[in-house]
Amino acid sequence: MTVTALAFYVFAAVTVAAGLFVVLARNPVHSVLWLILSFCSAAGLFVLLGAEFVAMLLIIVYVGAVAVLFLFVVMMLDVDFTALRQGLADYLPLGALIGLVLLVELGLVIGHWAIAGSAPEARAAAAPAPADIGNVEALGRILFDDYIYLFQAAGMILLVAMIGAIVLTLYHRPDIKRQNILEQIYRDRADSVELRDVEPGQGV
Amino acid sequence: MTAFLDTNLGVFVLILAQCLVVMVTILVSLAFLLYMDRKVWAAVQLRRGPNVVGPWGILQSFADFMKFMLKEIVIPAGADKVVFLLAPLLSFVLAAIAWVVIPFSDGWVISDLNVGILYIFAISSLGVYGIIMGGWASNSKYPFLGALRSAAQMVSYEVSIGLIIIGVLISTGSLNLSDIVRAQDGRFGLLSWYWLPHFPMMVIFFISALAETNRPPFDLAEAESELVAGYQVEYSSTPYLLFMIGEYMNIVLMCALMTILFFGGWLSPIPGLPDGVLWFVVKVVFFFFIFSMVKAIVPRYRYDQLMRLGWKVFLPMSLGWVVFVAIMARLDVVGYARFAVGG
Repeated sequence: MTVTALAFYVFAAVTVAAGLFVVLARNPVHSVLWLILSFCSAAGLFVLLGAEFVAMLLIIVYVGAVAVLFLFVVMMLDVDFTALRQGLADYLPLGALIGLVLLVELGLVIGHWAIAGSAPEARAAAAPAPADIGNVEALGRILFDDYIYLFQAAGMILLVAMIGAIVLTLYHRPDIKRQNILEQIYRDRADSVELRDVEPGQGV
Repeated sequence: MTAFLDTNLGVFVLILAQCLVVMVTILVSLAFLLYMDRKVWAAVQLRRGPNVVGPWGILQSFADFMKFMLKEIVIPAGADKVVFLLAPLLSFVLAAIAWVVIPFSDGWVISDLNVGILYIFAISSLGVYGIIMGGWASNSKYPFLGALRSAAQMVSYEVSIGLIIIGVLISTGSLNLSDIVRAQDGRFGLLSWYWLPHFPMMVIFFISALAETNRPPFDLAEAESELVAGYQVEYSSTPYLLFMIGEYMNIVLMCALMTILFFGGWLSPIPGLPDGVLWFVVKVVFFFFIFSMVKAIVPRYRYDQLMRLGWKVFLPMSLGWVVFVAIMARLDVVGYARFAVGG
């Protein structure tokens, strides 16, 4: 067994086990922590595949940003654990159905790549990137040269979603005191300090 | 001997030895940097600073180390024990493993990753977990508030750090840290480094680095006047030590990044003088000195001002700069396009 294979089994086992604990953990915060571990080992799997750029993005975007928000929400909400457990039996059939659909989809993918008669051609068609181009460069060329309009469209969709979220939650509070930094910066000595000659015993 | 080093085990042993050397070097120099930090701080406030242990108090950090190690570890009754102890460990380990991709000199790097800068960015974005986990697991009010503040702060400033790095990457055309330094090698020594063409971003990077590492004036996570010590309130002994070493290691890492991204890493500032690891060390120590000075002379920010600075000032500025650098690099303006043309 090579070192790579060993690393693969370690990462794969950790990913699956952590995924299992996401569901099984009693405390929702622990669930999120297990989810983070599972993301990290998935990033390890990507590194083994030679896709180090995707691995780093997975960590930066999912672990560094998305999971932090998850953790925030879970920590801030006062979750009642027992109430959360009660609905388990009701949702079990639905969960099982979704699991089944995912399993069938995975099976179809594996069948297409490994079992079907056209599998060797399908594998050969997905040519690996040439050795002299790093995968950052390869991805950049595909995204920004070949599919630039689709990429822009995806960006627009995200922008619209962001504006929507801001508009939905935006409200102005006129009764609040705000700091106007520019006003503070442009305040000078002439309009803030005045020298008065005060007569003794009279005050200002 | 060379035959052994080519086997799997040999490579493993070699890498392990390299990691050990880097780790020990950093930890020992950290002891003296901590001493320097306190001395600078004391000098600004007209105090003497540590002056008892060893000549001029130079061994103070080692005495502190012994004290931390020998104290009792106190775990609060309502704390989540595993997460409580995992948090400082995570902080320390994450701060340590980021050093793997730092090139100390030409070729002096444990792992010359193609995506080195992204790796550092990923690791530093994980750093926030140590703080959130510590704050939550303490099951106490001050740590939790401190953790929330710190997490929001680190997430905010990471955005502008990322955009600043993109500017440097556009100029270099590579994500490899050694390549970034090599791209700054020019005939004019000091003047061919990136600080000159990327001057505004160099300043913003420095300020964001202060915020990212929770250093004063952005140390709202542990603001002692309002939150006692933020997420560290319940920690004592070795776990606290791990938090503190992790924090300082991150600060030195940020100094090293500053050196690599904008100040030519191991390159010598004067044309003609030999390049080497010495320059790297001198530059890192210089930036650490600036960090200490900032800590000593700048008053703490208010939280809303901190957020305003991050989102309303730094983010638009660094985003605009990315566009500017992209245009300059496209037009092949001297200083902005350092990558091999056609590559």
